[in-house]
Amino acid sequence: MSIRFPIRTTAVRWSLIGLLLIGGFLGLVMFGRGGSTAQAAPLPGIHVRAIPAFARKYGLPCSACHTAWPELNNFGQVFRDNGYQLGNERDSPIWQNPSYFPVTFRMTPQWHRESTNNLAVDSIPGGGPGSTFVSGKVQQNGFDLSGMDLWTAGTLYRNISFSLLPSADSTGAFHFEAAWVRFDNLKGSNWLNLKVGKFELDNLISEKRFLFLSANGGIYQTYHYDVPGTINDFGYGDNQLGVELAGHSKNSYTRYSVSVLSSNDGNVGFTSGSGAPSNRGYDVNLAFSQAFNGGSLGLQRIGAFGYFGQRPTYYQSSTGSDGSTVALIGFGNKPFYRVGVGGDFFLKKLEFLPSIMYGHDNAYLGAGVPSTSPLPAGAKAPAFLGGFLESHYYVSPQLVFFGRFERIGVSQQAFVNGGFPNDYGNVTAYAVGYRWYPIMFSRAGLAWHSEYSIAKSNGFLPLSGNGGGLQVFSVANPVWSSSVMLGFDFDF
Amino acid sequence: MGVASVFIAGSPADFAQERHVGKLAGNAGSGKQLYRRFCIGCHGPQGDGNGENAPWIDPKPRDFTAATFKCRSTPTGTLPTDEDLDHAVQRGFVTTNMPSWNPLTPQQRADLVAYVKTFSPRWGTEKPGTPISIPRETPANIDNILHGRELFQKMECWKCHGPEGHGDGPSASTLTDSKDNPIRPYNFSTGSRFKCGETNQDLYRIFMTGVDGTPMPSFADVIQPNDAWDLVHFLRTLQDLRTPESVVWKKYAAEHAKDMKPIGPNAGGGR
Repeated sequence: MSIRFPIRTTAVRWSLIGLLLIGGFLGLVMFGRGGSTAQAAPLPGIHVRAIPAFARKYGLPCSACHTAWPELNNFGQVFRDNGYQLGNERDSPIWQNPSYFPVTFRMTPQWHRESTNNLAVDSIPGGGPGSTFVSGKVQQNGFDLSGMDLWTAGTLYRNISFSLLPSADSTGAFHFEAAWVRFDNLKGSNWLNLKVGKFELDNLISEKRFLFLSANGGIYQTYHYDVPGTINDFGYGDNQLGVELAGHSKNSYTRYSVSVLSSNDGNVGFTSGSGAPSNRGYDVNLAFSQAFNGGSLGLQRIGAFGYFGQRPTYYQSSTGSDGSTVALIGFGNKPFYRVGVGGDFFLKKLEFLPSIMYGHDNAYLGAGVPSTSPLPAGAKAPAFLGGFLESHYYVSPQLVFFGRFERIGVSQQAFVNGGFPNDYGNVTAYAVGYRWYPIMFSRAGLAWHSEYSIAKSNGFLPLSGNGGGLQVFSVANPVWSSSVMLGFDFDF
Repeated sequence: MGVASVFIAGSPADFAQERHVGKLAGNAGSGKQLYRRFCIGCHGPQGDGNGENAPWIDPKPRDFTAATFKCRSTPTGTLPTDEDLDHAVQRGFVTTNMPSWNPLTPQQRADLVAYVKTFSPRWGTEKPGTPISIPRETPANIDNILHGRELFQKMECWKCHGPEGHGDGPSASTLTDSKDNPIRPYNFSTGSRFKCGETNQDLYRIFMTGVDGTPMPSFADVIQPNDAWDLVHFLRTLQDLRTPESVVWKKYAAEHAKDMKPIGPNAGGGR
């Protein structure tokens, strides 16, 4: 797979984007010099985490637990692994002022521009006589809101921790992004911690805590990718429902987790993401990582993971009161898996986060036919190889520049000779930006966020951007989706 | 908190100086960045313990400008070694807001130590004290424990720490630290750790070096090393832990409860 610089645009457009990013920064510098206080910004498609309620509880600045919030540093990782406890005999709620309530709000007022091309649009805006569908670009810009996180987490008692994260999209529609209780340090051992509920998989590189917020940059494409055509709805970046046994060394240099999860991608009410009923199966996720002291370079960590799941291929059904067919329970489970390796490497202030994932679905999932039926001619088990290289440069605890390159290649289409180009489904994505934290203390967090991101997917809609739900005009051509985002990310 | 104050987190001394923790050379320049990231909220930009959280913290954060440190291997009144400071950072202080910074790399801690030493001019004019020597520990037998109990009475430890070691002695409510902040004596019945460690050697070291900046004095000139060890053995019986001393003590106490004199005013002795 060749790697090409993807942005086919004019110098004028580049100049505009540059002005926005740089101008935004300068504006904030002026704003900061004015001594005013400010308000913040968030994440359109994804929800990320930082909880100044902990900073308030322990009197530590955000930067104590985060390289740049919301990304955790090793101190924050140890704190989290210990069940949100510092171990100074002041962790239990009994030590807190009764008025203390560990809740945080996060949102991102922003200006952003979204653009996606190769979409089927009417040739005459508004339609009418003579209008046909042609290949066109959908571009929009303006001031907007992100979703909102309303997160509470902490300790219920010594060695019993919890997290509850009702999360809203930008319209205010809530769902439960996370809800779990964790029994920490069972038998007095760091190596035994049991979590039950809905939670993020134990990723070495967390999508929930990363620095990207724009519509196209705000997800790891690899974490949510399924080969086009498959009926598998799994996303490695989606929070899952189940139970997790995890452990770690005292300093969290060594970490492991084993999770048993419902086979429905974290959806509640025994349903899958598509609204169809889930099966009665369970998936398993395994994760392990090991960190090494890199001396003056910093901490170096490598890890591996494997997710082994199953999804239904048909449903037991019944007839509803209106005579319609009602799907009841998923049957005919067929397997899939995702395996990968990742790392977190520091060269002093420069951090690299590489990750590679291989995904494989059973041919029945790829073909979307019941397991009781023969496979159609040409049906193959779809597979892909994806990965990214992310980098952060921490100028100071209050200023970080970041960038990411991501590539997904379909190594096996769901159908041979299916009429699609060989590179159908491949994805390439880039994102760059910076975050500036004009305040950094233990009561709240505020960041000025500037980001540009672009994703190219061959012949189908990207997982991100503003083309969702629309029709691609030509599967023979790539779809480009780009975002520019400037906003205030605040967390209180 | 002003934006500017974060950016100008200043240091009165030379950032370029290096300090050594073991084989590691700490760099104050790197330590400044780390201090700003991890420590500034409590210890303040000037290292004087007046960080934004200080008003709500009890006990108060350490004032590095005074260069008075509780936990040392060096005699009372002297500066601690770099290793002492590193151990404090690594261990944290139980029952305070100071957590264990063990998750930091050894190099990062060495850099922090180097930077902390820039806050007081004492580091430029004085050398750290010589670490005290710790002799061989006496056996944890009943005779030594009872001798330690006598010393606990005789040296009036109970006046602050209480007859049962609960930190509720008659003087407890009157105690203040060197900055006139109220301070509570250690309650031996809670937890397994002391502020300056958790081993018998750590407890011995506390007796002999004192806890500078608090009313807890050094007993180096008052008692002999063997006496200090016996006191260590007795104090271990006050903890709600299963220690070699507590096993011996519980057996003895069950058999001789009627014969033992209580600790406290007018007790006159330990047995």
